[in-house]
Amino acid sequence: MFIISLIGFTIKDSLGDPVREMVGESVSEEEREALRESLGLNDPFMVQYGRFLKGAVQGDLGQSYFYKKPVTDVIIAKLPATLELVFGATLIIVFFSVPLGVYCAIKPRSWLTKCIMGASIVGISVPVFLTGIFLMFIFGVILNYLPVFGRGELISMWGPWETGLFTLDGLAHLILPSITLSSLMLPLFIRLIRSEMTEVLHSEYIKFAWAKGLDKYRIWFRLALKNTMLPVITVGGVQIGTMVAYTILTETVFQWPGMGFMFLEAINRSDTPLIIGYLVVVGLIFVITNTLVDLIYGFIDPTIKVAGGK
Amino acid sequence: MRRGVALLASAFLATTLSAGVIAKTLKVAYDADPVSLDLHEQLSGGTLQLSHMVADPLVRWTQELKFEGRLAERWERIDDRTIRFYLRKGVKFHSGNEFTALDVKWTFNRLRTSPDFKAIFAPFESAKVVDRYTVDLVTNKPYPLLLNVATYIFPLDSKFYTGFDGNGKSKDALVKHGNSYASRHISATGPFVVAQREQGVKVEFKRFDGYWDKKSPGNVSEVVLTPIKEDATRVSALLAGDVDFINPVPPTDYNRLEKSDKIDMISLEGTWIVTLQLNQKRVEAFKNPKVRLAIDYAVNNAGIAKKLMKGMGTPAAQLSPKGYMGHSDDIKLRYDLKKAKQLMKEAGYEKGLKVTMMAPNNRYVNDARIAQAVANMLAKINIKVDLKTMPKAQYWPEFDKRAADIMMIGWHSDTEDSANFIEFLAMCPNSETGYGQYNSGNYCNPEVDKLVVKSSEETDLAKRQAILQKAENILYNEAAFVPLHWQDPAWAARKNIQLAPVVNVMNFPYLGDLVVK
Repeated sequence: MFIISLIGFTIKDSLGDPVREMVGESVSEEEREALRESLGLNDPFMVQYGRFLKGAVQGDLGQSYFYKKPVTDVIIAKLPATLELVFGATLIIVFFSVPLGVYCAIKPRSWLTKCIMGASIVGISVPVFLTGIFLMFIFGVILNYLPVFGRGELISMWGPWETGLFTLDGLAHLILPSITLSSLMLPLFIRLIRSEMTEVLHSEYIKFAWAKGLDKYRIWFRLALKNTMLPVITVGGVQIGTMVAYTILTETVFQWPGMGFMFLEAINRSDTPLIIGYLVVVGLIFVITNTLVDLIYGFIDPTIKVAGGK
Repeated sequence: MRRGVALLASAFLATTLSAGVIAKTLKVAYDADPVSLDLHEQLSGGTLQLSHMVADPLVRWTQELKFEGRLAERWERIDDRTIRFYLRKGVKFHSGNEFTALDVKWTFNRLRTSPDFKAIFAPFESAKVVDRYTVDLVTNKPYPLLLNVATYIFPLDSKFYTGFDGNGKSKDALVKHGNSYASRHISATGPFVVAQREQGVKVEFKRFDGYWDKKSPGNVSEVVLTPIKEDATRVSALLAGDVDFINPVPPTDYNRLEKSDKIDMISLEGTWIVTLQLNQKRVEAFKNPKVRLAIDYAVNNAGIAKKLMKGMGTPAAQLSPKGYMGHSDDIKLRYDLKKAKQLMKEAGYEKGLKVTMMAPNNRYVNDARIAQAVANMLAKINIKVDLKTMPKAQYWPEFDKRAADIMMIGWHSDTEDSANFIEFLAMCPNSETGYGQYNSGNYCNPEVDKLVVKSSEETDLAKRQAILQKAENILYNEAAFVPLHWQDPAWAARKNIQLAPVVNVMNFPYLGDLVVK
């Protein structure tokens, strides 16, 4: 976290001049200089960074210039939107990648497999941005089934947490962005599951199980799938972290009021406290997901437990 | 998130919808939402759009750029430094307080302390209250643009802003950054009150029940303004019927929207000039008027306006658009490659030049593509351009440093007047007076300076016109910079929205008067 914030601080001056974003273009240089002084932007690097660290250890990441609120408040208010989006995308990935991946591994020569693999290549190579606009055009403009921007109707959970998961309108708004966000990871996971599963199916113990005359479903789903999922979960955990990063594009396309969109806007407006705050929080998310994955791994893979036991 | 709502506004909502009028909700998508509810915090398009929704100015511009009285019923010039405004009686603020001359004076004084607005009000001496409904605006010297500036005076409820907020801060504090009472609460006289606001997500307005202008044809009872940053999304939202009208309209979608039978396209001839400045301090050759002329001849502005702007730009050869005082009909577009080559030869640069160029990529419509097109055009007269484009947040510091030989700059005159263009873009840069603040070309002609300074004290309009036209002609003849085009503002609306009568070239639609069928 410390290093991320230090890097953030080092590059912040090259991100543009926040004062420029606060005033109209005809405002004179002296007025801007006075404002810069009052914001403390003219202080030496170490003074500014010291001030930031002092606040940061107390949980205060500074004030956003644009939202005029503490950075932590802004991020906490935007976090639910992003998490819901990632949640929606994750559901799609889990529900589609596992059956499809397994099917492709079991029936490698079926025409459906070929279709899935072909589509997955397309999915990987088309940028998220285009997928989003394409979906929007089909379902929003031509068919007019689904709304194309925003989160729709929200209901309040606790504190700043507002959710669209429990209203029909909110769910309708979630569909296109979730599909878009999952469009990059879904093919990846299908391919991953397929190749892992294929490998497992060729392993000795599966051959032995066949020889033993076990039921084919038992072999596929009890024996083979379990071992397939080990590496998939590792990759998955890391990818969920990455997905937070991909939300930047998806959220921008769909005007989704989450953290990713907020970050891009903050960059456009040179809202430096918010930029640094975002980097620190995203860093935190990465650390947490990776730790969780390591823990889960221990539960699933017995060999790790044995190793730990020694 | 939803706490940041004018509390008072919500108290009045209950009474907002009057019986008999059919409630119409208007959904608007702009590319950004207003940064603050404090109308004096930032001088920007967003703030002015908001101002015309929640407040009324003393006078406002008509579509033909004439003045129309709003809170001032009429006005008269009583001497060469003073205009007397007779205010409308019986006007109520959203808070219920009555509007008087004291509110005008209070607003005027607050504007003079705003870092963004103080420059516009610099020529003014004071606002003098004559009686309850009469106020004099006095300038330091005879000032021809007094009424132009009066369009910026949106009287605010001085009683509403008197006292202290929960944090013990004065309610009228004007804070650029940070949480002030005035940035979250507003009471003015406009047709709409802010019902709910979530920064960066949406603003909801409700019609003000006690609005003074009973003659207004407007029938919109509720406005929902959503910022949609991405061009393609904004257009899709309009086509899908999620929003009723959008601005800006991306040029690439212009044709598509025009063909749609559900959508009306509305555009006006723009007043926002986009130019390129040739830095004479950095490049010796640019000191030579022949080289500058050659560049002007080599750049095909008509082509850019037609091909890149898809007709949403009016090609320019001067700063002042039609309708502005300094606009001169003698000034014609220049484009002639042969002549450009010959001029380069005469100037001794037949072999060409190597220069750097910078342009923003998210400030003006198609800015980066225009810059690329110009670079290609200049290659034809052997000027090799090393072009760099960047987001505006990074561009402005570079512009302030004058970091490239050719820089792109667009300008809109805050006073809707020619002198403002020249003061900022073409007068000799002078850090004391602030003239030439955006003149990165360092073009400097004392004669032009003299003319413009003289024009700002000349109240005889015919004489003033002659002076400004002369200045424009000098700039043209010396090719002080390369004018490209005026950006045409455009709106796209669903057919049932009768937007055309309420839009204007300043791009603050008078939504209070909007009729929805």
